[in-house]
Amino acid sequence: MRNIQSKSSPFRDLLQNLTPTAIICLSILIILIVLAIAAPWVSPYQPTEILTDESYHLMSDSMLLGGDYLGRDIASRLIYGLQITLGVTFVVTVLAFFTGCLLGFLAAVLGGIFDTLLSRVIDALIALPAIMIALIVIASLGSSLPVLIVTLALIDSTRVFRIARALAMNIVASDYVEAARVRGEGLKWIIWHEILPNALGPLAAEFGIRFTYTILFMSALGFLGLGMQPPHADLGLLIRENMQGLLFGSYAPLYPALAISLITITINIFIDWYLQQLDSALPSEF
Amino acid sequence: MNSNNDILQVQNLCVDAIDRHGKTMPIVCNISFSIAPGQITSLIGESGSGKTTVSLATMGYSRPNCKISKGKVILQDEDLLNLDSSQIQQKRGSDIAYIAQSAAAAFNRALTIGAQVTEVAVLRGLMTRQQADLRAVSLYNQLGLPNPETIGRLYPHQVSGGQLQRLMAAMAMMCHPKLLIMDEPTTALDVTTQIEVLQAFKRLIREQKVAAIYVSHDLAVVVQMADDILVLKDGRMVELQSTQNILDNPCQEYTRMLMDAVPQLQLPHISHQPLTAAAAAAADKLTPDPVEKCRLENTVRKEANSDVLLTLSNVTAAYGSNTSTVLKDISLKVNLGETIGIIGESGSGKTTLGRVISGLMVPSNGQIEFQGRVLNNTCKQRSREDLRQIQFVFQMAETALNPRHRIRQILGRPLEFYLGMTGRAAEERIVELLDLVELSAEFIDRFPRELSGGQLQRINFARALAAEPKLIICDEITSALDTLVSKAIIELLINLKNRLGIAYVFISHDLSTVAKLADSLAVMRHGEIVEFNKTGNVLTPPHHEYTELLLDSIPKLRTGWLEEVSGLVYNPV
Repeated sequence: MRNIQSKSSPFRDLLQNLTPTAIICLSILIILIVLAIAAPWVSPYQPTEILTDESYHLMSDSMLLGGDYLGRDIASRLIYGLQITLGVTFVVTVLAFFTGCLLGFLAAVLGGIFDTLLSRVIDALIALPAIMIALIVIASLGSSLPVLIVTLALIDSTRVFRIARALAMNIVASDYVEAARVRGEGLKWIIWHEILPNALGPLAAEFGIRFTYTILFMSALGFLGLGMQPPHADLGLLIRENMQGLLFGSYAPLYPALAISLITITINIFIDWYLQQLDSALPSEF
Repeated sequence: MNSNNDILQVQNLCVDAIDRHGKTMPIVCNISFSIAPGQITSLIGESGSGKTTVSLATMGYSRPNCKISKGKVILQDEDLLNLDSSQIQQKRGSDIAYIAQSAAAAFNRALTIGAQVTEVAVLRGLMTRQQADLRAVSLYNQLGLPNPETIGRLYPHQVSGGQLQRLMAAMAMMCHPKLLIMDEPTTALDVTTQIEVLQAFKRLIREQKVAAIYVSHDLAVVVQMADDILVLKDGRMVELQSTQNILDNPCQEYTRMLMDAVPQLQLPHISHQPLTAAAAAAADKLTPDPVEKCRLENTVRKEANSDVLLTLSNVTAAYGSNTSTVLKDISLKVNLGETIGIIGESGSGKTTLGRVISGLMVPSNGQIEFQGRVLNNTCKQRSREDLRQIQFVFQMAETALNPRHRIRQILGRPLEFYLGMTGRAAEERIVELLDLVELSAEFIDRFPRELSGGQLQRINFARALAAEPKLIICDEITSALDTLVSKAIIELLINLKNRLGIAYVFISHDLSTVAKLADSLAVMRHGEIVEFNKTGNVLTPPHHEYTELLLDSIPKLRTGWLEEVSGLVYNPV
């Protein structure tokens, strides 16, 4: 039985099916993103400004979350750390998806030798532990923002490649791609107009999951001292800097840890909801 | 219909669908019928009429998001709908058996057939392994399967589709069920195979005295099988009568429509009229577009000289590394504006032939000439103009149209790609095309999923027309559609053929459909053309042996045909 409607917006349908949990997650994410973007206006102090001589200053009216080991305002550093983490992660994930999808789609459409070679090279890269690749590259090239971004994007894109290729393989075998081929369409049309729109749903979900992995990975690198370099700090570095504080009963390292969990968990729950919507949006046979 | 010894009684059955917001919508309402032992009641209707829903409900089952809301399903004095799920689970497989549409999909490819046929009986502890094997062999015998002693040791891929369907029947009959439900069990089979399977099923049902429900959309098949026919439409009963009564005097208009839609072969008369100047003049009024008019005139002129449009010479094609040849030395000629019907069973290579012509598949030998020039083998090497001239229409419109494109883009793309039409001109042409396939202009902004199967097939065809081709290859374009819908599509094709003068290669397994449309018929078997002649000549006796077999295999719309064909006479209970 088919539902015949004159017009339906998939986006509006999606919004109508928001569950309370999804709404909560979405609001938290939006608040965090707004905080990160508006950091210069929201944060009470400059993140590098030393306000007091005292280490691990207690919470007060002037320092909402207290001070860190150098006497800087934790709230301000947290907001700027959020900006760096979210910003870098976003750039990394977009880059990873761009290259991963492009190569994955190409491999699926072209097949043959191109697919075999590319797939084996990427298999080899996947076989190496991600943290090892990052350690080697960053240790040899030095830790700068461009190096960090390119390295993380490269590692991520190998994972995206696998998924994009698998998705595209299914779509390439469909009749409508065959119809486009017999029409004489080129690669560009097939990838952009036939494959991409049909892979978009699952790819969007994958984007969210990859995003959280990148946050975790980047934080791990920051914690190891391979990520952002002081005095700038991402969330991972913020934990490392203030680890000593735990000994003095300061909550300083817990705030960035909390922020990381909050972002990854809310994104994950939201993606779960989104995937459910994708499944139920599939045409059902009666 | 004797209510005393009926095995199954269904009373006022209603099934509701529940949507995401918890709202219920009746999909089947007030269905009542009963079946005596050894009798077959058939549920017939178009897709969406609720016939599968009813058949599943007689097993006490409703699909996810559906609910049996009312009524009784009484199997031997016990209401199935009052049983809890574990009790009903016990009934299924032992008292109630189900034969699905595609046995190929229902069998596990990793286990032997015998293991799967006997599985339920042994698992339930109803029989020992030895008893079950013996019972299986006797069932194989009754179903007329070859080598009944050893066939159980084979794997599903080692037997043919027809055999697998019969093996599925053996699996269903294993535990001596009281009720057997068959859901379109022969739809996926060829006509010649279908006869054997139908005969085997019918014999088995009579001998084992089970009550059977036969679900199908094919009236001609149903007439052979059923004692009673229940016609369904939109989830309601239209008519319930004995088969002979339905045939002789159907009470309802809808039943009559269903019967009229069954394609009947007319021998040897053919309805096609060549495109004469008068017809062209008539077509003029219908298509005022000067480009089209010019093309029509050309077509008429060329047909007078019977110009050759497409020639295949000695085309051979194989999958893999020449190990399995699917086309052997095919030579074929298509004239301008002519319709060639290609007939054959599955595996005869008819679809491959279409794919070779369109350039989707590369022949290993031979050449294709189009308008006097040799065509490149792959569609990549062909010029855009060559591609435009030959259009391919896929069997399943649901999968051949990109679900993420609106109709505007689906039809607009070939216009832009081949003819460079954009903007207003393209928009107007799309509306014209929609009109040509008898759809209203409001479809232009819809997505494929918002259209019915018949409408999708029209769009699919309109996409080929958009390229203004000289030749359209139609690959089984009516076989996935209901009888009524497919009749309408065939009428549309005949209408357009006379108006536009396009040549068709019409590929189908259904001889009676093709005969209505085609000027010439090519009968294919095992990758070879066994007969190629004008439709009238093919259908006039004496026939080629294989053509004769195909002709005889088409179920006729009268009772007793199945028994005549085989010489099988059964004794009514």
